[in-house]
Amino acid sequence: MKQLTIQLLLIAGTLAISWRLLMGYGQKAQAVRRLGLVAFAAFAIWSILDPTVWTRLARMVGVDRGADLILYGLVVAFFGFVVTSFRRFRDMEIRYTRLARRLALRETPSPTEHPTLLARGSTDAAATTPTDPES
Amino acid sequence: MMETDDAWLVMPLYNEAEVIGGVVSSARASFRKVICVDDGSSDDSAAIAEDAGAVVVRHPINLGQGAALQTGFDYALQDPQMVYLVTFDADGQHQVNDVVAMLARIRRGDVEVVFGSRFLDDRSRPSALKRAVLRMAVAYTNLTTGTRLTDAHNGLRVLHRSVVERLDITQNRMAHASEIVAQIGAMRFDDRPVRYVEEPVHVLYTDYTRAKGQSLWNTVNILAELIWR
Repeated sequence: MKQLTIQLLLIAGTLAISWRLLMGYGQKAQAVRRLGLVAFAAFAIWSILDPTVWTRLARMVGVDRGADLILYGLVVAFFGFVVTSFRRFRDMEIRYTRLARRLALRETPSPTEHPTLLARGSTDAAATTPTDPES
Repeated sequence: MMETDDAWLVMPLYNEAEVIGGVVSSARASFRKVICVDDGSSDDSAAIAEDAGAVVVRHPINLGQGAALQTGFDYALQDPQMVYLVTFDADGQHQVNDVVAMLARIRRGDVEVVFGSRFLDDRSRPSALKRAVLRMAVAYTNLTTGTRLTDAHNGLRVLHRSVVERLDITQNRMAHASEIVAQIGAMRFDDRPVRYVEEPVHVLYTDYTRAKGQSLWNTVNILAELIWR
C-alpha cells in the first residue's frame, strides 16, 4: 500500500510536466526552474556526504532502494527535458520563420513596383484575360 | 482597372515543377495578381511560376506550407488595392472557376470569409479512407474552435483583407489549416464573430495530387501539432 505514495508522486510529476507543455511559461517558470536547480545541487551534496539519504527517502515513499528512486526520478526528469526542448524548438522555429520571411519579402519588389505587375498592366493583362470573370 | 485587381491569389509552392506552369497560367487567365511563395523548392518551380506570370517570393530555406501562406499574406497586404485574398493549392487540385464563384459570393458583402468545401456536393471523389480522415479532422476542428464547417482542411479559401490583417499563422507545417480556422473562429469585429460561409468546390484528385497528398501517417502528425502547439 505504501507503493501508492511513489506512484502518486510520479504521476503528479508527469502530469505537472504535461501541464507545463500546454500552459505558458515566463519569468515565474524560469525562476522556479532555477530554484529547483539550486535545491537539486544542495541535495546532491548532501547525498554525497550521506549516501543513505536516498534509501531513507525511498522508504518514506514506499520504494525499496534509493537507486530505484533515483531511476524513477530520472525518467520523470527526462520527460520534462523532452517537453522543455520541444517548446524551445517551437519558439526558435517561430523566430527563424519570421526572420526568413522578412528576408524573402525584402528581396521581392513590393506589389506597387513589381515588374511582373507593372509590365502586364493594361495591354498584356487584357491579352491574358479574354473574359472578365465578373461580367 | 480590372475588377480582379482587388484580389490576390496566394499559392504556397514546393517542388511542383511538373504542374505549376499550367496552374499559374490558368489562374492568370482570370486573375492578374498571383503570388507563388516558393518554399525552398529544389526543382525549377519558382522560375517556371515566374515565367507563367506569377510574382514569386522565395523563402531562403524550407519553412513549411503554413509559413509560406503567411508570407503570401504579408506580401499581398503591401498592396493597398488588395481587398480579397484567395489561398490556392499549387498542385492543380483546385479549379479557377470555383475561385470566381467564391469571389462573387464574398463580394456580396455579407461575409468576410468563404471556405471551400469538397463535401457540399459530389463532384470531388476522395477515397473512402481520405474521406474518413478528413471527416475526423473537421469534427476535431469544429469541436475545438467553435466553428461549424464540413471541410476544414481545404486549401481553397477567400478571405477579406480585414481577416488577413489579423491572421498570424505560426504552424509552419500541416496544422496551419486548423490554425486558420481557429483564429478566424476566435476573431471579433466590434464584438461580433467573423461571418463565414462554405461554398462547394471541386477538388480534383489525379494520380499527381494523390501522390503528393497527405498520407495517413501525416494525420497523426497534424493531430499532434494541433494538440501541442
